[in-house]
Amino acid sequence: MGRWPKPAEGTWTEHYPELGTGPISFRDSTSPEFYELEREAIFKRAWLNVARVEELPRVGSYLTKEIEAAPASVILVKGKDEVIRAFHNICRHRGNKLVWNDFPNEETKGTCRQFTCKYHGWRYALDGALTFVQQDSEFFDLDAADYGLRPVHCEVWNGFIFINLDERPRQSLREFLGPMITGLDDYPFGKLTERYDFLAHNNSNWKIFADAFQEYYHVPALHPQQVPAAVRDPNAGFECAHFQIDGPHRVVSTAGTRRWLMAPEYMYPIERATRSGLVGPWRTPDIGELPAGLNPGSIEPWGISNFQIFPNLEILIYGGWYLLYRYWPTSHNTHRFEAYTAFHPARSVRERIEHEVAAVVLKEFALQDAGMLGGTQAALETGIVDEFPLNDQEILVRHLHKEVVDWVEQYQREAQPAGV
Amino acid sequence: MTEPSLPSAFAELEGFVQTWCLPTEAERWNRRLASSLAEMREFYDAFFPRLEEAIEYCDKFPLDDLPEDAMRLLYLIYSLVMVAMAVEIFGQPKPTDSADAVLDRVGEPVP
Repeated sequence: MGRWPKPAEGTWTEHYPELGTGPISFRDSTSPEFYELEREAIFKRAWLNVARVEELPRVGSYLTKEIEAAPASVILVKGKDEVIRAFHNICRHRGNKLVWNDFPNEETKGTCRQFTCKYHGWRYALDGALTFVQQDSEFFDLDAADYGLRPVHCEVWNGFIFINLDERPRQSLREFLGPMITGLDDYPFGKLTERYDFLAHNNSNWKIFADAFQEYYHVPALHPQQVPAAVRDPNAGFECAHFQIDGPHRVVSTAGTRRWLMAPEYMYPIERATRSGLVGPWRTPDIGELPAGLNPGSIEPWGISNFQIFPNLEILIYGGWYLLYRYWPTSHNTHRFEAYTAFHPARSVRERIEHEVAAVVLKEFALQDAGMLGGTQAALETGIVDEFPLNDQEILVRHLHKEVVDWVEQYQREAQPAGV
Repeated sequence: MTEPSLPSAFAELEGFVQTWCLPTEAERWNRRLASSLAEMREFYDAFFPRLEEAIEYCDKFPLDDLPEDAMRLLYLIYSLVMVAMAVEIFGQPKPTDSADAVLDRVGEPVP
């Protein structure tokens, strides 16, 4: 008997009957053919978060973003009108990559008045307009108005910059995010600007790593060290307090006793000495009233809420600070993993040390999760087993894989020639 | 004898400065993986009893205006946090079962 009430249907999974309860396949994570479909159906159609507005602080601030799955290279830039725009990173003259620094395949950032192509010196304004063509009289009926940078749809939600590579996105960003995610409209992400950024190149399909962070069933087995050995219960399970699904997006909330209220033996000495650790700084500055949407299940005492925004974004909020993960596929069995922790800017050395501890501990346990990837991917690729049972605590794993397959099937239906 | 580099109250830790006074996480992580548990335990045992005192010492200064010796002490504190993961939590230099996984810290506040 669980500690937290489940929906009237008896389980979280059956509350969403379209999910089913049978074993699932992970062929969507091993098949090169499926990956090719996923690129078209998902990464060239869904809204993708690529940055925060704080990364483009001034007029002329720009950064480039490589989206291997499309493929696309995108420039984000803040214009003279303070509007953030996105453009394909391609010079319209001969197709040279327009913005890069030392090597064209590496992302870059900076501040500029205009973009100048390294190859023949064509120049573009911050709004993408072609403003200078070397020896323009040598060209044949060239109208600069026809050769501005190719725009990419770009919208901002609560400081998160999203792009959409579709020619005509089917939904606005707000429609796509839906009521559960926009329930975080008033969360003050803009106040949490002290970041510790991480990058990894992992040897698995992107969804296999996302799965590790949308269930906590694995915690006692894979991360027993989260509890000091002296008080560790070898039979401990983990039960989440609330699961919710809204369109393609998911959230899980856990309950949590405040760290400093626990008996000291439940903490490591370094946590007691620094007043920070596994769940971050014990106390964080007052950042104002937090929106009800942060704790949609009204869990008390509330611990964290982990929002999984389709397809490849996770925002995990601990009240006064948050973590963000992005999973960028680079092939059917590799992905680039971006992560950061974001805190209120430290006002003292002590607060900075608290942030350092939280950032260090995060990496320790994320490496245990990442340590499972190579083995899982290789074992799945043998194809020996293709039916995997998921329990009710793994409802969000079930939902991600179903949603991905649904998007691919929808794309395939639309791609079918009419009347066939 | 070289010039003392830490605040005088922490002179007993001078012997660890050359190895563990490292300004970036990447350097601290690499040093940890290149160290034996015994080496890290020696640093931990010497410094941990004075950690809270060291934090209080550094905390007397504004974050953006730390004297050089306090800055070095802060880097030593960061290294102690790094080493504590191996000494207190895993009992080995690397996180248990992290296999070939790598997660690089590519951005961090200074200091």
